[in-house]
Amino acid sequence: MSAVRPDASKLYHRKMPATWWLTKQSYFLFMLRELSSVFVALFLVVYLCQLYQLSQGPDAYSAFTQKLSSPGWILFHLVALLFALYHSFTWFQSSAVVLQLRIGERLISRPIVTALHVGAWAIVSVVVLVLFLALKS
Amino acid sequence: MATEKTIEPLWWGLFSAGGVVAAFLVPIHIILVGFAVPLGWTTDTGALYRLWWVKLYLFVLIVLPLYHWAHRFYFTLNDTGLKAINKLLAVLCYGGAIVGTFVTAWILLKI
Amino acid sequence: MAEPTITLNVTRYRPDKDRAPTTQSYVVPYREDWVVLDALNHIKDQMDGTLSYRWSCRMGVCGSCGMMVNGTPKLTCAAFLRDYYPQEIRVEPLVNFPIIRDLVIDMTDFMDKLKSVKPWIIRKDEKPVSEGEYLQTPAELEAFHQFTQCINCMLCYAACPVYGLEPKFLGPAAIALGYRYNMDSRDQGKDQREILGNHDGIWDCTFVGECSVVCPKHVDPAAAIQRSKVDTTKNWFQSILMPWGQR
Repeated sequence: MSAVRPDASKLYHRKMPATWWLTKQSYFLFMLRELSSVFVALFLVVYLCQLYQLSQGPDAYSAFTQKLSSPGWILFHLVALLFALYHSFTWFQSSAVVLQLRIGERLISRPIVTALHVGAWAIVSVVVLVLFLALKS
Repeated sequence: MATEKTIEPLWWGLFSAGGVVAAFLVPIHIILVGFAVPLGWTTDTGALYRLWWVKLYLFVLIVLPLYHWAHRFYFTLNDTGLKAINKLLAVLCYGGAIVGTFVTAWILLKI
Repeated sequence: MAEPTITLNVTRYRPDKDRAPTTQSYVVPYREDWVVLDALNHIKDQMDGTLSYRWSCRMGVCGSCGMMVNGTPKLTCAAFLRDYYPQEIRVEPLVNFPIIRDLVIDMTDFMDKLKSVKPWIIRKDEKPVSEGEYLQTPAELEAFHQFTQCINCMLCYAACPVYGLEPKFLGPAAIALGYRYNMDSRDQGKDQREILGNHDGIWDCTFVGECSVVCPKHVDPAAAIQRSKVDTTKNWFQSILMPWGQR
């Protein structure tokens, strides 16, 4: 029995709008997650600029640090932090989908794997903070 | 069907590594660089950045998330209708990350 | 006392008459236990026999009755009127597929993609029947079992914006199907399913995750795709960094 193919000339093709990501909440949150990488990169570029100023001497370094205390920069870092945290949390959720962690034979549930990641993140953050405070002068 | 040899796994591997680094380390560094020192919660002369292993750590912290951004942003630009110029976008994104790699190394060595 | 009713706004497209799809409103009886498919069957039987749509088992196992219900891909046999009442319900053909007529879409591309991942056990060394069955432990079965549950309903393709933007993308169900066979301990054909690792295979996916959200059988194709990415990347780095070791 041969397959009957539909008449291709009469098929109606619906176009997907370029604003598809605004049509649904889940799509919009997806786009926010993707854009979080932009703010992560922007922050790291700022950090790199600060390190460059450090290579130009302690005065250049403290001048740059002074600039960062302005309201504009504080706002930038606040936005960057929110996006970075959104990246972290969604990354941990994604990791829970990929990883299949087991206790003996039983799979650990995804919400718990995510929570374990958040716990690890908190510990790592504290370690970095303590190291910074201990090593800086 | 012939297999197209793709190096996509390279970019995805870097994207993945960068995502892990960014997820675990970037928030605390934003707090340190963006708030703690500028607002005077603590002081920092920058001396610790001269330690070689701190430089190595910073290299990983800065460079890997750049590849994470490059891969993710490239796909996002494609998904928002710029697919027609995707070769140019690839050069700008992945090229940007590669340039960033060298610039980061150069600056860290200067300190 | 008047019977309660609910309004369905249904896409109509007659290829021999219409330039573009239109919407036709039908006022159907509202019954608490009715699903959207019941309403469509009522329309076809009692009101307008010209309405075309696919359906079969009406119990969520055949995968025939997938449509957009208020913009979300759903099996119409699983979408209860009471979850929408008293609001009007919009019923449209699954998006990302060309419309043949009314609510019927062209699934040729989907069928071709399923075939392209070689969804059968591929052996390097054939075992003669006289040697008996392939033995498989419960753990080996568990490794791929959930990915066998796909009923080919195409809701995941309607939910996937990547497929909407790039029709060449293999798509969630086809990749999950390929993964199902790659993970089957009886299969030895992973290197024959290289289409998964090509352009428009797994690498087009940006893990939106909507495919797994809409899947009525909890196949979780998104997990299959992301795990495929990890496996493929691990193998790639191994082959580059340690080329002497052959699988």
